[in-house]
Amino acid sequence: MTAAAATATAAAPTPAPATRTGAEMIWEVLVQEGVEVVFGYPGGAIMPAYDALPRYPVRHVLVRHEQGAAHMADGYARASGRVGVAVATSGPGATNLVTGIATAMLDSVPVVFITGQVSSALLGSDAFQETDVTGVTLPITKHNWLVTRAEEIGPVLREAFAVAKSGRPGPVLVDITKDAQQASCAFDPADRRVARPPRPRPARGATADALARAVALIDRAEQPLILAGHGIVAAGAAAELAAFVARTGVPVASTLLGLGGFPATDPRALGMMGMHGEAWVNRAVQDADLLIALGMRFDDRVTGNLATFAPRARKIHVDLDPSEIGKNVAVDVAIVDDVRQVLAALTPRCRPAERAAWMAAIEAGKGDSAVRDIQQLPDTGKLHAAHVLHDLWRLTEGRAVVVTDVGQHQMWEAQYYKHDHPRGLVTSGGLGTMGFALPAAIGARFARPDAEVWVVAGDGGFQMTAAELSTCAQEDLKVNIAIINNGYLGMVRQWQELFYGGRYVATPMRSPDFVKLAEAHGLTGLRVTRRAEVAGAVAAARAAAGTVVIDFRVEAEDSVYPMVPSGADLGDMIRRPLRSRLIETGADDELTEEPPR
Amino acid sequence: MSAPGQPRLRTLVATVEDVPGVLNRVASLFRRRNYNIASLTVGASEVPGLSRLTVVVSCDDATAARLEANLWKLVDVVAVDELAAADVVERDLALIKVKADHTQRALVVQAAELFAARVVDVAPTELTIEIAAPRQRIDDLRAVLEPFGVIAMVRTGAVAMARAGVGAAVPQPPRAASGA
Repeated sequence: MTAAAATATAAAPTPAPATRTGAEMIWEVLVQEGVEVVFGYPGGAIMPAYDALPRYPVRHVLVRHEQGAAHMADGYARASGRVGVAVATSGPGATNLVTGIATAMLDSVPVVFITGQVSSALLGSDAFQETDVTGVTLPITKHNWLVTRAEEIGPVLREAFAVAKSGRPGPVLVDITKDAQQASCAFDPADRRVARPPRPRPARGATADALARAVALIDRAEQPLILAGHGIVAAGAAAELAAFVARTGVPVASTLLGLGGFPATDPRALGMMGMHGEAWVNRAVQDADLLIALGMRFDDRVTGNLATFAPRARKIHVDLDPSEIGKNVAVDVAIVDDVRQVLAALTPRCRPAERAAWMAAIEAGKGDSAVRDIQQLPDTGKLHAAHVLHDLWRLTEGRAVVVTDVGQHQMWEAQYYKHDHPRGLVTSGGLGTMGFALPAAIGARFARPDAEVWVVAGDGGFQMTAAELSTCAQEDLKVNIAIINNGYLGMVRQWQELFYGGRYVATPMRSPDFVKLAEAHGLTGLRVTRRAEVAGAVAAARAAAGTVVIDFRVEAEDSVYPMVPSGADLGDMIRRPLRSRLIETGADDELTEEPPR
Repeated sequence: MSAPGQPRLRTLVATVEDVPGVLNRVASLFRRRNYNIASLTVGASEVPGLSRLTVVVSCDDATAARLEANLWKLVDVVAVDELAAADVVERDLALIKVKADHTQRALVVQAAELFAARVVDVAPTELTIEIAAPRQRIDDLRAVLEPFGVIAMVRTGAVAMARAGVGAAVPQPPRAASGA
């Protein structure tokens, strides 16, 4: 019997004894909190907890590396809006989580990490597999706890869930000593006390005055623009944003993590702004006379050079976190509150408007960008990543949950896969963690059992966590994986081409045969080298019962355009070349050649 | 009073839960957000289970507002107040060991008396002065003692509270249930 089958058929906890071990208490609380699946890896200091697990209706997914567990819990949380849970042992188990914890922290994702710790008598003695995990994770968690007594486990875990999902969400970690897991104490299933109720915080909220000033700016603006961030998705404010736009006519540019918060196919959706946003979108940001920043934090990848960012624009900033106000950009009106409530309050107060002249000006700014778009190329037989992403969007009707890794493919996904729904894109924005995609997609698989889940990863990032293919096989999961394989660490190669004199240092990468790699895991592998083959492979993957890996051999030296060089002015973009070497060679007759390696 | 955009020394008082690691959390915040701390002290407050931190930090107004907001984000923080310079009683405690043989001793003691400082330890060739005063007065005393030969100095860093009658620095328990 597999572990999954064992946990799936486990009976509900028996109510008889009025005491529980600390280990049992962990699962009692998780069940109370509605947790159905955890991602983890056992080890010495967490073994008591694992030993108790089969008695509880919680499915455990055995990962191949704890970083995978962290990303799975993160992907689960991002795709569902619920709290994800990852479990690891002390020492190396816990330190392997660190990259995943930081990833969740930078993107404000609610995840509860539970780690085993050496017994309390050994704390501080450099015992086997002892690491100061609360110390290590202090700057990358919203809060963390070291628990040394069984009595504390219930109240602290409940507090951990509350902290993770309250206010601006984020990861928390609870480090539980082995002896606390082994000890028993009285247990009352009705007791839902937390270790410490939340302390009162200064009342901030949207004041009538701030709302009135915001409305006045919006009504008066001639060229207003919404900058929609992750906060729209996290706050569940997509409907409120749509209503606000419908009334005020203000167009919407999105951050990477804001994609899907406003339907990409809406005429007022401009798509992504920033370093790899369309030039005309960034032009609109620079030309705007009012920016309405909603749940975003003016990241440097969004603003470019701060000194020249949107120089004409007054700025309204709505964010739940007061420490974000004025951090990067000085604003005229700051509203510290839930963006959903703020939009609901603003919409009826604002004057209805069409803003036809402004929309026409933005439209005119597009110029020849469509002509430059690689999508407009005739099918020369060459395979461009843009083709793959565009075709994937078309074939999945934009309904898939797409989980990307980090790099060129991530930007192409953002440009060519049009997200109409929140939580349809799962991607590591703030930390930019390579290796995120496959494990995060496994988490999304559990979060959204009815959705089609696609991984889009580069050949480099995919190999960082490719061992989780084994998890897909063991857990019998259906995930479709598109590897955008160009034989390079593509984004770094692109920077080397543009900014480092074309010296490709440590970026050419030889990969395993991904088809055989899939097959070695008992999964299906396909290879695509021509555009004409894309649709067939995507259809085959969708039809297959299990996980399918498609190795898309795309153009090796393709670049993501347009591009604002790091630290440059937002209006100062490197545009797509009208005639590139790639396009010229594409006109040749050598349609069957292997992509250069 | 300096301009809002200019950095200046300011005093923040934070009331925190007296739990393990709380000082580490506050210090970590200052370090990773790149704040420039002049001093940081922590000790018991009038409420059992709560400690009080006094932080002296050099920053401009906008940075101070974000620092305060960042402190509020720490789960263990109960209250944060920036004390206006005019409304603050602030004390730093210093022990200063000075060279003072029989030819110099009277002069050193006289200097200490000018600052209302006390001599707390005497040896044949040196003595130790204790002073509790605002930061600047301690700096001044040190400058006066320097020619005699300062052997060692230890300071606590500032502790501060709002002046009597200038409003409570601390919201009182019990805790109310409200979101962070």
